[in-house]
Amino acid sequence: MSHLLTILFGRLPIGWLQLTHSRGRFFAAVAGVAFANLLVFMQLGIMGALNNSTVAPYDILDADIILSSQDGNTLTDGGHIPRARMFQALGVAGVSDASALFIGNLPFTLEDGSSVSLLSFGMDVAKPLFATPAIATSLEKLSLENTVLLDEGTRGMPKDVIAELIDGGQFRFETGGNTLTAIGTMDVGVGFLADGMMIMSDQSFMRVFPGRSSGAPNHILIRIADGVSNDAVVARLMNTLPSGNLRIQTKSGSAANDLAYMATERPTGVIFGFGVFMGLLVGLVIVYQVLSTDVADHLREYATFKAMGYGQSFFLGIVFEEAIILALFGFIPGILVSLGLYAGLVSFTGLPVEMNAGRALLVFFGTLMACSLSGAIATRRLANADPADLF
Amino acid sequence: MGNASITTRGLNHFFGKGDARKQAIFDVNLEIERGSLTILMGPSGSGKTTLLTLIGCLREVSDGSVSVLGHELNNADEDLLVGLRRRLGFIFQAHNLHESLTSTQNVLMGLQVHGGGNPQKQRDAAHHILNLLGLADRRDYLPSNLSGGQKQRVAVARALVSNPEIILADEPTAALDKESGHKVVQMLKSLGKARGTTTVMVTHAPRILEMADRIITLEDGHIVSDQRQ
Ligand SMILES: Nc1ncnc2c1ncn2[C@@H]1O[C@H](COP(=O)(O)OP(=O)(O)O)[C@@H](O)[C@H]1O
Ligand SMILES: [Mg+2]
Repeated sequence: MSHLLTILFGRLPIGWLQLTHSRGRFFAAVAGVAFANLLVFMQLGIMGALNNSTVAPYDILDADIILSSQDGNTLTDGGHIPRARMFQALGVAGVSDASALFIGNLPFTLEDGSSVSLLSFGMDVAKPLFATPAIATSLEKLSLENTVLLDEGTRGMPKDVIAELIDGGQFRFETGGNTLTAIGTMDVGVGFLADGMMIMSDQSFMRVFPGRSSGAPNHILIRIADGVSNDAVVARLMNTLPSGNLRIQTKSGSAANDLAYMATERPTGVIFGFGVFMGLLVGLVIVYQVLSTDVADHLREYATFKAMGYGQSFFLGIVFEEAIILALFGFIPGILVSLGLYAGLVSFTGLPVEMNAGRALLVFFGTLMACSLSGAIATRRLANADPADLF
Repeated sequence: MGNASITTRGLNHFFGKGDARKQAIFDVNLEIERGSLTILMGPSGSGKTTLLTLIGCLREVSDGSVSVLGHELNNADEDLLVGLRRRLGFIFQAHNLHESLTSTQNVLMGLQVHGGGNPQKQRDAAHHILNLLGLADRRDYLPSNLSGGQKQRVAVARALVSNPEIILADEPTAALDKESGHKVVQMLKSLGKARGTTTVMVTHAPRILEMADRIITLEDGHIVSDQRQ
């Protein structure tokens, strides 16, 4: 290692030799950085799962523009909008079709007596184009009264039930005085939003949710004609539709807004953001502590090097060398343990917690930056190395 | 400049400020010839170390003039000082070796300050000088595994390995036994003859005084005697 670094730097790897000389301190520092990495990875992992959950339902919709009420927060946490807007929108140039989307949460008692909640979408089965192709083909079958498609990832649902459904079987269940029949599955993975999800016709939705009126859906989905730009249609809709309590967004814009809302306005998002910040801070403090003690412990040696004619950049080089070594050696165990914990979380909670290259790179460069910053602060102590005091 | 490698003119030095201000060096005028071995003597507190650090570019010269290897140190910028330090060799009273580096690596630090260079040649040079100082079998030891005298010899090797033009030594033989102390001074003397290396050394060891070209005695910051022999 030392030999390799010598070739790399064209000088003795003083930082490496110095760090590894006091093994106890080195391992403590590496463990500290690894722990900080772990904190950040866990926070980001759960935050990522939260984000995935938030936008997952968008994946089953195929729409260009979504009309929603202003007092809604996200797609699945929204207010109502008059269905009249749909008819008005159909009259706007560039709009090729529009459809109402109803959303509700249905409690369901499992065989073992525990209760889960199912996020339920009611859609117009005569307009399958508003669902993604995988679901669109099954959508027509949902015109049969009280039939549903059930999310494969629904928590608490026996594995054999799902397997049978995938094989073309059926599953009958009772909820709120209604008997529903699952006739197929979809793969959404709603994670944090609910325990599971199902999709049904708007007719069935009204039966299952007797309090809801077909005149007040949650959203209006809009598809635009070929060759027309989203923005142009959005602008025209804004001009045409009554502006009271109405939000007009593209599908991707709506998803982005949902993410921003979850990150900044919901306590969970804020807590996770704070967790990431704390992880960074822990790493920063540990690395600063180690590096500045290390500088303080070697002031005499540094003063000697100064007397020998080594300049400031040499000493900065040592401290940054140490910072980079700590970042590297801390990151590796940090990400390995995180991967293990991610796998554990997935198998225990079913939440969509996953590592991706982007996050790994982000955390690695974050670690590198934090370590370098700590190193930069620690170098202030170098000024105390005065070669005149050596004699 | 002539043949002098160190010249001082009207050199004064003060420590502290205000009421605590205290003069440690008084009007010192010296010319030290290239290749000579000069010994500084004097009671404790007489200013020997202060004078050495002024010449060694380790302390700011603010009153009077010091010229080292043809460069004026009064008002010199940091780059000039750093550059000059690379042409000097220091041997301190304490060895000041880096605890995490082996003997060879400590000596290499004396070479690598010049940048570049062939790593294998540098390693050979370090081993060569360690051999000369009787440390052939200790070259891969960490300082913690060396005796006091061995550590001091590694420090001497570190100072000499880059062929400095001036060697400044402050009681270097304190930690050395008589025989290796003598051997080190013998080396310095022959370097003076062969390469023109100038040595200024603080010491009181009688056997070494005999080998000196010149003995300067300080008292309370004044030169009180200057003998050539
Ligand atoms: N860093 C310093 N600050 C204040 N006074 C100092 C300092 N270094 C040395 N002195 C004073 O300068 C005088 C000369 O000291 P020094 O050069 O160390 O003497 P020597 O090396 O001959 O024993 C002494 O009176 C000492 O107390
Ligand atoms: Mg002294």
